[in-house]
Amino acid sequence: MSSSVVAKPPTAPAAAPPGRAERSLISRVLGRPEVGALVAAIVIFGFFYAVAPPFRTLPALATVLYASSTIGIVAVGVALLMIGGEFDLSAGVAVTTAALSAAMLSYQLSLNIWVGVIVSLAIALAIGFVNGYLVVRTGIPSFLITLSTFFILQGVNLGVTKLITGTVATPNASRLDGFDAGRAIFASDIPLGFITVKVTVLWWLAFVAIGTWILLRSRTGNWVTASGGNAASARAVGVPVRKVKIGLFMGVAFLGWFLGMHLLFNFSTVQAGLGVGNEFIYIIASVVGGALLTGGYGSAVGSALGAFIFGMTNQGIVFAGWDPNWFRAFLGLMLLLAVMVNLYIKNYAAGRR
Amino acid sequence: MTDTIAEHADPGLAKGVPLVEMEGVGKSYGAIRALEGVNLTVNAGEVACVLGDNGAGKSTLIKIISGLHGHTEGVLKVDGQERKFGSPRESLDAGIATVYQDLAVVGLMEVWRNFFLGSEIRKGKYPLAPLDIKAMREIADAELQKMGIVVKDINQPIGTLSGGQRQCVAIARAVYFGARVLILDEPTAALGVKQSGVVLKYTAAARDAGLGVVFITHNPHHAYLVGDHFIILKLGRRVLDKKRSEVTLEELTGEMAGGQELAELSHELKR
Ligand SMILES: Nc1ncnc2c1ncn2[C@@H]1O[C@H](COP(=O)(O)OP(=O)(O)OP(=O)(O)O)[C@@H](O)[C@H]1O
Ligand SMILES: [Mg+2]
Repeated sequence: MSSSVVAKPPTAPAAAPPGRAERSLISRVLGRPEVGALVAAIVIFGFFYAVAPPFRTLPALATVLYASSTIGIVAVGVALLMIGGEFDLSAGVAVTTAALSAAMLSYQLSLNIWVGVIVSLAIALAIGFVNGYLVVRTGIPSFLITLSTFFILQGVNLGVTKLITGTVATPNASRLDGFDAGRAIFASDIPLGFITVKVTVLWWLAFVAIGTWILLRSRTGNWVTASGGNAASARAVGVPVRKVKIGLFMGVAFLGWFLGMHLLFNFSTVQAGLGVGNEFIYIIASVVGGALLTGGYGSAVGSALGAFIFGMTNQGIVFAGWDPNWFRAFLGLMLLLAVMVNLYIKNYAAGRR
Repeated sequence: MTDTIAEHADPGLAKGVPLVEMEGVGKSYGAIRALEGVNLTVNAGEVACVLGDNGAGKSTLIKIISGLHGHTEGVLKVDGQERKFGSPRESLDAGIATVYQDLAVVGLMEVWRNFFLGSEIRKGKYPLAPLDIKAMREIADAELQKMGIVVKDINQPIGTLSGGQRQCVAIARAVYFGARVLILDEPTAALGVKQSGVVLKYTAAARDAGLGVVFITHNPHHAYLVGDHFIILKLGRRVLDKKRSEVTLEELTGEMAGGQELAELSHELKR
């Protein structure tokens, strides 16, 4: 320390300044993004439990969880991306791109399927990188950039598949080397004693746990929230906003690839037109789970609750014996309600007291 | 109350040594020439005050030092070496901390997360090291109390604080992390008398701890209380550059208001 330092002695801070009180438990609980989704999930569960007797069985629960996991895996990434202030409309078809490229590459060249698995991961990450790079470089809203990627991938999926196989589906890949190992990792059934679930359910829970940890306990999570909340201020205090955003797009791409591998190993063949529309389901799950469209707020657990609501309704309508066409109408209604509840909660949480 | 600064000041600082030097620096935003031909030296243990009307280029000037914009002309030297910062991170790593006039905090994040944003404390150095949340909460709480800011709960979103309180968090943060140079862009504009006083004391304490301080203000009284060196900008150009010994408060006030223009104004408004 230089000799010119004249540090005054610290005045002891007042032990308990007046007006300083812990926020009440209720305001802290309501301050969490996922409360609305939790309440909705309980209500919807109770509803189908009451009206659809088949819904009450454990195998039904396993089906619901499986349906939820196929949405929830990608929705974790989409939720983090939205908290980081961006959208990805290409997430739905990118899943199919990953599955198609793994299947066709291995089949056409008669390779071990794991070669396809690895190469498709590289392709998926490259797509995520390009999405992110274009967004941060051009400053064009991610809505437009990924809308473009969405159309490009949709066209390429169909075009290339038709060019190579002559149809709109890949040949059956189940006899390729390494298929069984892939199936064990991405698509096996796991007996848990009282219930047998698809392995995707466990992966889903793991990804949600990792996403939550990143968001709340890691520096990266701090940077994600800040990049979405106020990118300019975050950059000014040294947050590498661009890298964070590119990383988030690549995270979505990775999870999309993971789901793509599940589809490949579960069904052995991949339909090239698959995945269109799912990008919105991922976004809905995130928003129902408390993510703000404007960024800076949301949760990974919330996206899981959103996906679970999706799974329950999707299967519950079938179990109740209703026309499944009502599902979409219900989904829209859910979204509207969720957005309104979240707005209310956010105003309550952010209000001055 | 000001021990934080002395604790965090770079021990290698020697009073009077130039930390930041600008020579003929200019900046254009496309066709808009916001700054041209500005010279400024920030010495260790001194406060350089930059004054000027709205739009004079004061914020532009400090954004060049803090790495938010690159300059388009001239030379910027930090610790004697020519630099052109590509990002605020590089400037922060050189020990320069800034309180911006317009870029303060992330409203929906907790107070303590805002305080440590970009400079988080972690339980280790490895890539996935978790945050040390407990330490950050305690330090943020203690630092804010030292500034006389009473927040209900360090975990509340910072958007729930008043504008002045938010500004104080930004200042407390810069004071905590600025090891060599502290830049304050109109820090007292939104503050009450008591908090303004605290900020001025912090400014003096930073100077006494050997830091170089750039203090931007519209208020010549505040400037004269702490300044060693005064620069007035007008339309991006330097119109006055004097040491404290060469200028009186009256001259400064007169020059700030445009001297002649003030006389005309008082004539116009005469009742
Ligand atoms: N990002 C930007 N893009 C284009 N022009 C800008 C930008 N930032 C500042 N300017 C222009 O540069 C000039 C100087 O602005 P600056 O913010 O540096 O002024 P200032 O002295 O800080 O004013 P104030 O006292 O109001 O804060 C203004 O004419 C302004 O319009
Ligand atoms: Mg300014």
